[in-house]
Amino acid sequence: MLNIDSLERGIVIDHIKAGSAMWLYQLLNLDRLECTVAIIKNARSNKLGKKDIIKIEGMLDINLEILGYIDPNITIAIIDEGKIIEKKRLVPPETLRNVIRCKNPRCITSIEEGVDHIFRLTKGQNGPRYRCAYCEQEDQGQPEKLLK
Amino acid sequence: MRHLIDPLDFTVEEIEALLDVADEIAADRQAFRQVCQGKTLATLFYEASTRTRLSFEAAMLNLGGNVLGFATADSSSAVKGESVADTIRTVSCYADICAMRHPKEGAPLRASRFSRIPVINAGDGGHQHPTQTLTDLMTIRRRRKQLGNITIGLCGDLKFGRTVHSLIKSLARYEGVKFILISPEELRVPDYVIEEVLWDKGVPFVEAEDMELVMDQLDILYMTRVQKERFFNEEDYVRLKDTYILTPDKLAAAKPDMAILHPLPRVNEISIDVDQDPRAAYFEQAQNGVYVRMALIMMLLELASPAAAMAKDGASIKEGR
Ligand SMILES: [Zn+2]
Repeated sequence: MLNIDSLERGIVIDHIKAGSAMWLYQLLNLDRLECTVAIIKNARSNKLGKKDIIKIEGMLDINLEILGYIDPNITIAIIDEGKIIEKKRLVPPETLRNVIRCKNPRCITSIEEGVDHIFRLTKGQNGPRYRCAYCEQEDQGQPEKLLK
Repeated sequence: MRHLIDPLDFTVEEIEALLDVADEIAADRQAFRQVCQGKTLATLFYEASTRTRLSFEAAMLNLGGNVLGFATADSSSAVKGESVADTIRTVSCYADICAMRHPKEGAPLRASRFSRIPVINAGDGGHQHPTQTLTDLMTIRRRRKQLGNITIGLCGDLKFGRTVHSLIKSLARYEGVKFILISPEELRVPDYVIEEVLWDKGVPFVEAEDMELVMDQLDILYMTRVQKERFFNEEDYVRLKDTYILTPDKLAAAKPDMAILHPLPRVNEISIDVDQDPRAAYFEQAQNGVYVRMALIMMLLELASPAAAMAKDGASIKEGR
């Protein structure tokens, strides 16, 4: 198996739910990068059973907001000189601005030009949820709503 | 600058202060007839709601102010197709405060972000109608002398009724409030309201299907309409509709000082035989709606009531000497 040591300088996105790596690859626009990107599918994980990993060579800004919204269990490690120099923990962000689109046809965001799509975190019994700041409709979590 | 978009935009203290002014107005309306002299209210009604618009206009005229606006988006080519953001920027030049009714949810919030004048949400789709909530709160407080320590029965369509959800959220902030949620299975309060408001704040509530069984416990009975189109089939509607119509015999077990509220207009969910009952408070609500909107306009324009203004002037004259 490949391991982190093989990366001299870069970013490791770990503990991705098995099967989601390709989708994240698209979502984070990694296809547009010139540098080496490794996608590891179905790696063994104590925590998840199976997981996916993405390794990116070189430093870049990853949209942590999107990752925190998709799955706060994902971990991010920054590697330099072959060592982990920083681990970033993800938390569900309080506000999502232009990450997802409101699907409520009665919402002002469905007709108003130039409007930002804003969702706010609310805490329900079944964990964090997001509601549209305008109409309070709950985000149903369908990935096709993600704005790119 | 403040707006009123969501009923929870105001703190409990601010609502108490607002209702105090509304009570002052109810006691002596004449004293307030010049408070808004030279001020203009714009009523921007993108959908018709004559009742609400007249209530706002009456409120501003009672305060000695002026009113301009439009009553439907159709009648106003100026705003047709224009974004809410652009409209409010323009209206900010003509008026000192505005009340906006819009079929799209969140439109008044969007407007408030671009406005140079206070924006009042006069109803946005099926979402919020905060001045209706203030009216309900005023009526409850006038009847009960306080907003806490009440058992309130909400009856009818608790699923789609926005006034019900807003009232639950608002009253959940007071001590000693207990809810009895009376509805058919199909029209129960949505789970998210129960989870995010009642469970979250630890507010006691029970759900019931028959108002007669709980009638003797209620301090307030808030009636809403059960609409035929909310049911999946005709039989269910026919079977249930009479259960949710308030009649004098259903009131037999009610407390003598219970108050019956309804956000009007009513169709048949309260029998007209109940109108003469001293517990019927729903016609007071229309009157209270004007008073509470007067108090709201004053609050958002930061205008003091005449008595308070006089006391302040008196104090400054004294200081001047
Ligand atoms: Zn929305």
